Amino acid sequence: MRAVEASHIVKAFADKVAVDDLSFSVDQGEMFGLIGPNGAGKTTTIRMMMDIIKPDSGEVTIIGEKLSEATKNRVGYMPEERGLYKKLGVLESIVYLASLKGMDRHLAREKADDLLERTGMLDSKKKKIEELSRGMGQIIQFIVTVIHDPQLVILDEPFSGLDPVNTELLKGMLAGLRDQGKAVILSTHQMSQVEELCDRILMIHDGHAVLYGDLREIKSRYRGNSLLLDYEGELGEVPGVTGTRTRRGYVELVLDGETTPQQVLTHLVGRGIAINRLEVATPSLNEIFLKEVGRNHE
Amino acid sequence: MSKTLLIFRHEFLHAIKRTGFIVMTLAVPVLALLAIGIFQLIATTGGPPVVETTTIGYVDEAGGFDGYTTQGHIELLRFDTRDEATAALIGGDVSEYFVVPSDYMATGAIDRYTLKKEFETPPTIATAIKNFLTSNLLSETVPSETVDRIEAPLYLVVTRLTETGEVATEQGGYGNVIIPGIFSLLLALSLTMSSTYMIQGLGDEKESRLVEVLLSSVSVRQLLVGKVLGLGATGLVQVVIWLASAPLLLRLASSSFGGFISTIQIPANFIVLGIVYFILGYLLFAALSVGVGAISPNAREAQQLAMIYTLFSFVPLWLASILFIYPDSPLWKVLTIFPVTAPVSAMLRLGVSDIAAWELAVSIVVLVLSVIGVMLLAVRAFRVYLLMYGKRPGWGVIVQNLRGG
Repeated sequence: MRAVEASHIVKAFADKVAVDDLSFSVDQGEMFGLIGPNGAGKTTTIRMMMDIIKPDSGEVTIIGEKLSEATKNRVGYMPEERGLYKKLGVLESIVYLASLKGMDRHLAREKADDLLERTGMLDSKKKKIEELSRGMGQIIQFIVTVIHDPQLVILDEPFSGLDPVNTELLKGMLAGLRDQGKAVILSTHQMSQVEELCDRILMIHDGHAVLYGDLREIKSRYRGNSLLLDYEGELGEVPGVTGTRTRRGYVELVLDGETTPQQVLTHLVGRGIAINRLEVATPSLNEIFLKEVGRNHE
Repeated sequence: MSKTLLIFRHEFLHAIKRTGFIVMTLAVPVLALLAIGIFQLIATTGGPPVVETTTIGYVDEAGGFDGYTTQGHIELLRFDTRDEATAALIGGDVSEYFVVPSDYMATGAIDRYTLKKEFETPPTIATAIKNFLTSNLLSETVPSETVDRIEAPLYLVVTRLTETGEVATEQGGYGNVIIPGIFSLLLALSLTMSSTYMIQGLGDEKESRLVEVLLSSVSVRQLLVGKVLGLGATGLVQVVIWLASAPLLLRLASSSFGGFISTIQIPANFIVLGIVYFILGYLLFAALSVGVGAISPNAREAQQLAMIYTLFSFVPLWLASILFIYPDSPLWKVLTIFPVTAPVSAMLRLGVSDIAAWELAVSIVVLVLSVIGVMLLAVRAFRVYLLMYGKRPGWGVIVQNLRGG
């Protein structure tokens, strides 16, 4: 059973179509990246998944059914702008919001202690939310999102405002959730985070799907026909290489389309050139995005 | 526990911990107790109150007005001429003086002289002068008892009977109005405060986007019904505390003050109907606040819109004087049935006159239907405008969206 199945969803507001005929699915046990620039339609898509707003057309199912009270208990959602009761204590906030997910208050208290300890925030459990720093508040929000052991976790811009230490902590916890077989959806405009964490992605721009599928497959699809070489010695002429571009500390070799990287490597080794690094040039997700958006605008 | 109940519990516990709620709820009995205590302290330490005697002068140019110079706490001092009386007034020997002119029997005119700037003659002085004149005019022609009756011919003792001819337990009068009057004022204040609280809470949840976290766990209906019922329950707690403390305070007050206080009664049906109207009023205003909170981009703008209906709750109090003079006016029937004014109107009227059973029934049914109707619209509005954090749409757009859902 899929964690999320969205089929041809459309949502228009007064002045624009925010999401236009979007279809995608998210499997259990995968980390899924929902990426795109600000205003692309990511948050609207998530809000439709969470039934906070209804799609004008199309359908979304969560864990095999339309979102119901029971299904909501199996989903954890952290919105982009963090919101907790400022005047409420940390533990009280966690326990109340966990109880709304159908969790027993006593159990929620125990689990909260455990999660607060794991995140190094146990000392703050009696503090009021307004006394916490932004990063600490975000960690509490994350605890609220996962405390009830959801099958599907949806995080909207989870790393914004986090310091490097907390970013690593959160990444580790997200990886742990995936390893437990949960589906994790990361919505972000920070493509580098997605490249590092996600298995599959949906890239959207102006409400439309630009790219969708396995991240490695997408990147290999956009792989250029060139090699990055860091070497010592005289390179000279290399068969099958139609051109070279000198970069800082390395050189980019443009292949003719018939020559493989292995053939180039064999040739270079045969000539006794000392190779420090040789890799197939792969564009970053950001470069792929810019390429796709540029194409769509043409 | 259902999610609506969880929200209800959370909202209720937070609402009753509010400083505004605690102050408002406890202020009424505490202030009343303080007033009684201070009165008793003064009464026990200061001895009986001393009533000052006022001396006023008079000049009798008509002749024959020389008796009955003590009228209650007013002493009348005779002067032979106007000049003597004026000198005594300037010298401070008398606070004022009057002249019975020689043609008094023909004209009835009395000249009064005073140093004070007045709107009109104080009633105590006017009564003292009138009784002085009456007593002297009649002293030799009728018995003194007759003079007394002419001076005070009417002391109305009204007894209200039941339909079976027995003396009714509830006799009406000002003593009956006090408690309903105070409660209707407190209700109007409480409704305003609770509306402000609801709007503020909802505005904060919308602005901090906490509402998205809540709606990832509960439905809009569960959230709003829980909130409205939570606030309704705080209204119940408030009215129960006030009603429970009222008889005790009245007993204490009547033993301390006696007099008029001892005539204060709580009308028989007031407790039940008071609770019903208090709760329905709270629910209606909470539902209205949810609706206004839904269509407003922030709490500040919502507060301005809320002024419209919170002001309505004070309308019956502004018109209270009309109620005392014309208790059966159709205006009061309208105010008792119109849902926004109904709670305060009904409470006020319960102390002044009877409200027909059909009127109460219609009023309560209309209130209940209004609570349900407003709640349904509020849920719809909340859903439509949930994620609107910018400018409030025009009224035309709002109506169109509510129709379309």
